[in-house]
Amino acid sequence: MSDAIATPGARTAAQTGIGRLAPWGVWIAAGVLLAALPLVFRSGTALTMLSLMGIAIIFALSYNMLLGQTGLLSFGHAVYYGLGAYFTVHAINWAIAAKLPIPLPIMPLVGGLAGLGFAILFGWVSTKRSGTAFAMISLGLAELVGSSSLILRSFFGGEEGVTTNRTKLLRLFDWNFGPQIQVYYLIAAWCLLSIALMYALTRTPFGRMCNAVRDNSERAQFVGYNPQVVRYIAFCLSGLFAGIAGGLTSINFELANAALFSAAQSGNVLLATFIGGAGHFVGPILGAVLVTYLQNMLSDVTEVWQLYFGLMFIATVMYAPGGLAGLIMMHGPIWRAGALGRLLAGYALLLGPMAMVTVGAVLVIEMMTHLGVRAAEGTTMKMGGISFDAKSWLPWALALILLVGGGGLARLAWGYLAGAWDRAEAVAREKGLTV
Amino acid sequence: MNTPAPERGGARVAALEARGLRKNFGPAEIIRGVDLTVPRGERHAVIGPNGAGKSTLFNLISGLLAPSAGEIRLDGVPVNALPAYKINRRGLSRSFQVTNIFPKLSVWENVRCAVLWSKGEKYAFWRSVEANPEIAQRTQQVLSEINLSSRKDLPAGVLTYAEQRALEIGITMAGGANVILLDEPTAGMSHAETERAVALIRRISEGRTLLIVEHDMSVVFGLADRISVLVYGEIIASGTPAEIRGNAKVKEAYLGEEAH
Repeated sequence: MSDAIATPGARTAAQTGIGRLAPWGVWIAAGVLLAALPLVFRSGTALTMLSLMGIAIIFALSYNMLLGQTGLLSFGHAVYYGLGAYFTVHAINWAIAAKLPIPLPIMPLVGGLAGLGFAILFGWVSTKRSGTAFAMISLGLAELVGSSSLILRSFFGGEEGVTTNRTKLLRLFDWNFGPQIQVYYLIAAWCLLSIALMYALTRTPFGRMCNAVRDNSERAQFVGYNPQVVRYIAFCLSGLFAGIAGGLTSINFELANAALFSAAQSGNVLLATFIGGAGHFVGPILGAVLVTYLQNMLSDVTEVWQLYFGLMFIATVMYAPGGLAGLIMMHGPIWRAGALGRLLAGYALLLGPMAMVTVGAVLVIEMMTHLGVRAAEGTTMKMGGISFDAKSWLPWALALILLVGGGGLARLAWGYLAGAWDRAEAVAREKGLTV
Repeated sequence: MNTPAPERGGARVAALEARGLRKNFGPAEIIRGVDLTVPRGERHAVIGPNGAGKSTLFNLISGLLAPSAGEIRLDGVPVNALPAYKINRRGLSRSFQVTNIFPKLSVWENVRCAVLWSKGEKYAFWRSVEANPEIAQRTQQVLSEINLSSRKDLPAGVLTYAEQRALEIGITMAGGANVILLDEPTAGMSHAETERAVALIRRISEGRTLLIVEHDMSVVFGLADRISVLVYGEIIASGTPAEIRGNAKVKEAYLGEEAH
């Protein structure tokens, strides 16, 4: 999707003088950004979160090599992530015990190779099929590996997993990778490298054929390609990067445990990729950042954060199947036509009603949670600094008004926005920027 | 690529040959013993009423379906045990009756994907698709032949029907195959569009072997060197357009009802 629609703009930019530097400019900017982020977000929590985001980005991008690029829906991507983590932890422990002069920064490669190896093994079976059959096989393999992780205790360490000490390896430049900041930079470096490599992959003959197989695997056969081989290679390389992400996780937590294989982990990466937008290369990056942020922030604020997560996912599937990146890219032609201003009023109008609906829904969910889960603590609860009785009629009435009133207003605003959108698109069409 | 035909037993080897070809779907016999020879460089049309098995015949020849019995030879080499992509690599390329393109890829990407294998790119994931300038040259060449250069950055799915049909032909010819199978390339086109499509087909089949299924009789009789008539899975007649026009069996089975 992305390449088809984004190329015209990219090509025009490439023809101008500065545009010629643009492809490199993006990478330089990304490097500077990654280096500078810890200077802005200094707290320990922020550093931890940035580290998790970096890992999540690699994992989500590796997942999108399957979902967005090749059209393979996997429910078991955590297998390669988890195995990458375990192999990295064992490699570190082994290197410490054998006193091998191996520095920590190359250890994620062990995870990557483990991910690659198991993807070569499992992919041989699963990529013989596509579509639903592939999805089901991936689920089965995830169950298989998940359950064997609890059986093979000597390798997987049972419930508590396997721990390690990342500081005991050969030191480079006097860094022992004890402090989180050093781990962050390790993750950031791998993140940038992985993003660059995975992007480069999309620009190769193989990468182009992945999209062709995604679009129409039957036709791909009649231009000389075996879709099964394309799927298999994509699966293997995707396992490689998932393994790297897993390796980084185990370094970050100094631990590998069975939770890394869990269905929740596989579900999370699907969610992040889809919410960010599987159709665009940057989509999973946005999704990984957002989902990691929400997971950490929401779980502090509410017990039922997963419910909000699910709602967000459903909303994305129903109203923005292109995800965040899809929503942003939709505006590309209108922005280039200079007609973005026509939409601002519509968006501003929509903001209020949407906020009303959101607050109303949150109120209902939280009151129900309170009454259901915390009934023992009494019916008084606190939200946004205000204490109220969850069993009295007033907050329920308020929530209802917000939901119904906000919903009605949102429909009106939506109608207005749709009209504005059509007019803005007409401008873009006139200028030949869209069809 | 158009090397002279290798001599075998003194006779020129046909570009495409089917012998005793059969296809059953369960008890239903769709192709019931087809013998077909298409010499190199010939434009050969297959006509026949709906349900005669024309598309199935194409699916058998191109490797989408495996024959129940019989043999298919491409340049004298049996190909009926091969999967579609291997047959394609041996120089046989086909289009589809229902437009079969890569809808989300740009028009440029559609054609380029069809060029890649013929330029020896295989499954390379270690070099840029732009590393070999021949790929872009060939893509551009195909796009100008099918007259879609100005639409190259659009997603193929948004093209008009006639443009998608042209792209379908472009994808089919892009790999430089020597044997081209076109399945109803002008179906659903207006008169003017059909004329353009025929001119395009004439151009791209120059020096190649063409096997075409077509319902439009003016297209068939204007384009084909020879015509085979397929009725209920059997070829009842094969000959020049004049012979077919004069054939009583054909008139009875096909032309009599539909074309005149």
